[in-house]
Amino acid sequence: MRTILTFIRKEFLQLRRDRRMLPILFIAPIVQLLLLGYAVDLDVRDVPAVVCDLDRTAASREFLAMYFHSGYFTEKGRAETPGDVDRFLDHGLASMAFIIPRGFGNDLAAGRTARVQLIADGSESQSATVGLNYASLIAARFSERVLAEAFEKVKALGLRPVRLQTEVRVWYNPELRSRYFLVPGILGLVLMVMTLMLTSMAIVREKEMGTLEQLIVTPLKARELILGKLLPFVVIGLIDVILVVGVATLLIRVPLRGSVPLLLALALVFMLTTLGLGLFVSTISRNQQQAMLTAVFFMIPMILLSGFVFPIENMPRLFQAVTYAIPIRYFFTVIRGIFLKGVGLPELWDETAAMLAFGLGIFILSVLRFRKRLE
Amino acid sequence: MTGEPGGRPFFAGIRPVIRKEFRQIRRDPRSLGFLLFLPAFLLLVFGYALNFDVKHVSLAVCDLDGTQASRDFSGKFAATEYFDLRYRLSDPREADALLGREAVGIVLIIPRGFGDDLAAGRETKIQALVDGASAMTATTAAGYIGAIVQSQTMRFSLDVLERRGLNRLELPLAVETRVWYNPELRSARFLVPGLMVFILMVIVVISTALTVVRERERGTMEQILVSPVRPVDLVLGKTVPYVLISLVSAHVVLLLGFLLFGVPIRGNYLLLLLTMTLFLTGGLGQGVLISTMAKSQQVAFMISILTTFLPTFILSGFVFPIRNMPLVIQPFTYLIPARYFLATLRAVMLKGTGLGAFWKEVLFLAAFAAVTIVVSTMRLKRTGLEERPRRFLGGRRRVAR
Repeated sequence: MRTILTFIRKEFLQLRRDRRMLPILFIAPIVQLLLLGYAVDLDVRDVPAVVCDLDRTAASREFLAMYFHSGYFTEKGRAETPGDVDRFLDHGLASMAFIIPRGFGNDLAAGRTARVQLIADGSESQSATVGLNYASLIAARFSERVLAEAFEKVKALGLRPVRLQTEVRVWYNPELRSRYFLVPGILGLVLMVMTLMLTSMAIVREKEMGTLEQLIVTPLKARELILGKLLPFVVIGLIDVILVVGVATLLIRVPLRGSVPLLLALALVFMLTTLGLGLFVSTISRNQQQAMLTAVFFMIPMILLSGFVFPIENMPRLFQAVTYAIPIRYFFTVIRGIFLKGVGLPELWDETAAMLAFGLGIFILSVLRFRKRLE
Repeated sequence: MTGEPGGRPFFAGIRPVIRKEFRQIRRDPRSLGFLLFLPAFLLLVFGYALNFDVKHVSLAVCDLDGTQASRDFSGKFAATEYFDLRYRLSDPREADALLGREAVGIVLIIPRGFGDDLAAGRETKIQALVDGASAMTATTAAGYIGAIVQSQTMRFSLDVLERRGLNRLELPLAVETRVWYNPELRSARFLVPGLMVFILMVIVVISTALTVVRERERGTMEQILVSPVRPVDLVLGKTVPYVLISLVSAHVVLLLGFLLFGVPIRGNYLLLLLTMTLFLTGGLGQGVLISTMAKSQQVAFMISILTTFLPTFILSGFVFPIRNMPLVIQPFTYLIPARYFLATLRAVMLKGTGLGAFWKEVLFLAAFAAVTIVVSTMRLKRTGLEERPRRFLGGRRRVAR
């Protein structure tokens, strides 16, 4: 017991020795969460749009006003001819264009179908795509209004338009702020990146420097060695979680509806996976460069397939199956559940079990690999 | 070539460093393999896996009416590719648990009397409960619901008129939507350039992040310092081989993007090559710079991941529109070289626009490459002279452990 305590103390000392290490361990996660937490925002609003109104009637102006009063679009300029729209889209000055041909107002008044053209810049990120959806929706609302006026004229016949209202109630996040969804995700990513990086270099480093032999000849047992190596990282990881949760709730003001102790406990369960994975990388790498590349190789899928921004239900079936093998997927459900929905362990039981299974599996595997290497 | 006082051509000192670096790279085939093919592999996987289109949102319907009209109506939702009907509920209170454990994203509740109201021309109301926790999916899905309901309402209204023989009424508005640069709105089209930038950025920075600090940690730095190699030789010598390697790997990625995902290069290839070289050089320079700052490989690794991984993903405009960010955050995006490269890449590959549209980005990339290379050379000069005594202490520390 004494030896292992001394060993742990040595590990902490070593971390502290490096002048640049402390800020990396504790300041960097906070800076990342602050910077990125404010940056992540997929709400579609103020999509820059260019207008080409060839009709210039009251009807066309009314039609455009519906767009620019909706809050989803802002007018970034007017094009004189439809060809002029090119310039705005090519230079990225606007990501949508509304073109209203001559005769729009006349057609509407005569009860003929009036035509408009909406152009979206498909090279830009999804906001243009969503913008297109909104634009069509607003157009539909406009035609509904026109239709209502048409009914008004035939009111004598006793006809009324059908009125069907949808009451959309949004749970957990009534204003539909994408930030509330994304910030807990960043929390999970920061925790994963920190612990995985620390562990993946930990043992291969001793190997590369030749100090692993010295550790082997000490009275430390293999499991004590691993425990001593990993325990400091668990502590660092937990401190980071607390700091980052503090920043997310107090500064970025993401609601935290569930229990904090539960969040910490499940973060610990999740860390089992990242530490185990880091250890695994450490055992299969010959030098630190390999360890680093291998860790990155594991981290990129974690960020992209976890459901952080790319919805899992849209992936091809094969990849949906793959995501079940990405432990951070479960952790995301857990943190979102605790943050936004305030759910407790009963609802999160499946995810907890999955994380536990993965964590223990990879952990035991790497401990066994490591012990074999020692002998 | 500029001559030096000693009469040695400027590049003469670099060649041995390059040769040595290449030999070292060759000796570690796994790392070389990672550098060459990891980007291609990741693009291959994620190009297929990822998209933003919100489709197949799981839906639960609670039909309290149970008439033909209500069944037709809810059938309209399940018939689209946007919604997958997963559950039929008999009690609206079941919605709670389903939404809570993310079993469904939307619960549609059709009230009793829906069919009668519709037939009698009374105002009817349906309810949609949306899981707002996944805000982006929820926003889009709520939009779909609105669109489906609206088109249904319009249909019903026109039906009413038609029954009275007033069928000369046409739909008031025909909206023709067109998508430029990416007509089928294939996510791959706009994701592939972004993925390329993200993956290349991470890979190039980490490929040089260890070069200098590794020599230092292993104690081979002294040997280099006593050799006639100048700091500038060292920095360029360590960067050039990786520029070549990463250019190869970037071309593999471009080729894959074209062959598998149909992402063309509409613009000028040479322009693309120029910006790509600048970007890769800058990224590698950033790696070297980190390497001159860190005391251990571990720290170098952490700094390079912390400065590239999430920042490139989030601040480059890859997924998150920069104009959406708060004004305080927006200046930080100018520090992300991926931002410029991504803008150029989208312009050249998808839009086919010329230099006129993005010369500013090219300038920024050139500045980024120049600054990282010059600063790391300067740092190396300084640490090479100053750190001698400290490194001696460092050596003793190693022995003590």
